[in-house]
Amino acid sequence: MDITRFISTHRKLLLVGFPLLIILVFLATLPLYGGVYYTRLLTTILMYVVLSVSWAMFSGSTGYMSLAPAAFFGVGIYTTGFLQNTLPFPVIIPIGGLLSFMLALLVGMVTLRLRGIYFTIFTFGLVVFMSEVVAALESELFGRVGQHINQLPGETIFYAMLVTAVATLLAIYFIRRSRLGLAMLSIGGNEEAAAHMGVNTTRMKVLTFAISAFFMGLAGVIMAPVKVYIDPRIAFSLSYSFMPILMSIFGGMGQFYGPVVGAAVFGYLEKTLRGQFSTYFMLGFGIILVVVILFLPNGIAGLVPMLQGKLSGVIAKLRKGGKAEQHANT
Amino acid sequence: MSGLPTLIVSGILTGGIYGLLAMGLSLQYGVARVLNIAHGELVMVGALLTYTLYTGFGINPLVAAAIIGPLLFGIGFLLQITLFRGLKAWAPSQAAFEGNALLASFGLLYIINYIGLIRWGGVARAAYYLNYVVPLAGMSFRFNRVVAFAVAVVIGVAVYLFLTRSRMGRAIRATAEDPATAGLMGVNVNMVLALCFGLGALLAGVAGSLISTMSSVSSGIGFRNTVIALIVVVLGGLGSVPGSFIAGIIIGIVTSLVSGFWQPVLVVPVYYGILMVLLVVRPAGILGKK
Repeated sequence: MDITRFISTHRKLLLVGFPLLIILVFLATLPLYGGVYYTRLLTTILMYVVLSVSWAMFSGSTGYMSLAPAAFFGVGIYTTGFLQNTLPFPVIIPIGGLLSFMLALLVGMVTLRLRGIYFTIFTFGLVVFMSEVVAALESELFGRVGQHINQLPGETIFYAMLVTAVATLLAIYFIRRSRLGLAMLSIGGNEEAAAHMGVNTTRMKVLTFAISAFFMGLAGVIMAPVKVYIDPRIAFSLSYSFMPILMSIFGGMGQFYGPVVGAAVFGYLEKTLRGQFSTYFMLGFGIILVVVILFLPNGIAGLVPMLQGKLSGVIAKLRKGGKAEQHANT
Repeated sequence: MSGLPTLIVSGILTGGIYGLLAMGLSLQYGVARVLNIAHGELVMVGALLTYTLYTGFGINPLVAAAIIGPLLFGIGFLLQITLFRGLKAWAPSQAAFEGNALLASFGLLYIINYIGLIRWGGVARAAYYLNYVVPLAGMSFRFNRVVAFAVAVVIGVAVYLFLTRSRMGRAIRATAEDPATAGLMGVNVNMVLALCFGLGALLAGVAGSLISTMSSVSSGIGFRNTVIALIVVVLGGLGSVPGSFIAGIIIGIVTSLVSGFWQPVLVVPVYYGILMVLLVVRPAGILGKK
């Protein structure tokens, strides 16, 4: 195959793919020279990438606001908690994902036939519901609530999370380009019209919701060993719902890379700023969420086309002005 | 705790507060179309302010409710005319507005929760008031619960009469039905929305005051109260104010029976069971329109 022709036909792919490859190589080799702190920081950021990208995949495109990322994440964490002494870690990871998938399937089948508001209401309390169910289950099985998690090397967790994040991004990239992704966008645009066009809206919504929950569950399983000790309150903390939503909105849900940008920014901020002033920073995050929704509804990613539009408008004006001048001169 | 009648009456007493909680939320969603999930956090603010006023300044909690209610009314009013009106102006469609308003109220939930945590810390505080046992219909209950129920019923009836009998109430109902036409008929829609939002916040604050007279409160109580209010609102029918009150009493009885005969831990799972059955069988709720 002619190499120049290959480059010219796949220019866009190469333009995006090459930097991505470099980033991926950088990330994959990070534990070799990055040290414990940066490995851990990046693990957290990757976790938020998984959570926010999969949240935005469903809620961003359909407009059905799920407030329950923490519920699916917590299911993952507790899958590790319950199975850590009976099964090897690599086997637990898909099991946690599947349990989250099934929970989402159930929730979706009950609520996604109805208007979005019922779905939101149902998912809002799901975190409390799951944490109480798990607490009851735990005291039934072990006679106490809360347990210790077996430690794993930081690199193992990092690579597991990296693979999960890449898999999530790839899966969502392909879903966006598939019939399913198109169906989701049409549901977000006008659900009634989509249904009239022959889209089985309920099935599409339930399926995508369950897929997004699957990835959240995976992230939960992998993050469990980072937490030395878990109890239902820690595993089902509201922050795991709040942070992915903040990240997606800050980054912008219209673009594929928006939630990734948000996850990188706030994952870094959370990890570095948390400490003795943690409550003030969380307060600040809440304020940022409200301000971004009010003034920047399309997020950071929404700024790019806007600026591009303005810039090209200015350039066009200059060109036009130049041409008009030429015209006048002749 | 013993005996079915006692549990049922006790549930009705609790249910009055739930009704009050849900009525505010229902009003905000029904008219302003904002599913305010920060509602429970306003309950928390009301409860802890009552505690501070009672223990710090010796102000009777029922008087405190009369101070806190208007204060929260102001906060709700301001939120509507700044934040939610701004969101409405920006949003390309009604559905987009509802989604953004929901996420904004999620941000508010976080903000108010952390303000509460910074101001009052995470410890549970108790400001029991009128905490002695009185006989009622052959059974005995703590007096503060009876008083709280009575206050809740009086306020509930007052709000209902305001909505159905007054001129402003008619304007509110017209706006809920069709804001554009109501505006054309001379209703000041922005004013009505702000009023409803403020009224919802007021009801949350008063409910908080009443809660603080009979149980210990902390900055973490908001989330649970929001969940209860949401479930009651769905049961009563989204946007139906009398439905909310009736559903509040039903949920109160269920709570009391589950924690009396079974385990208090199972209350939330039972709520979820009810919610699931309801969404499958009759999503419009008991008094909602189809």
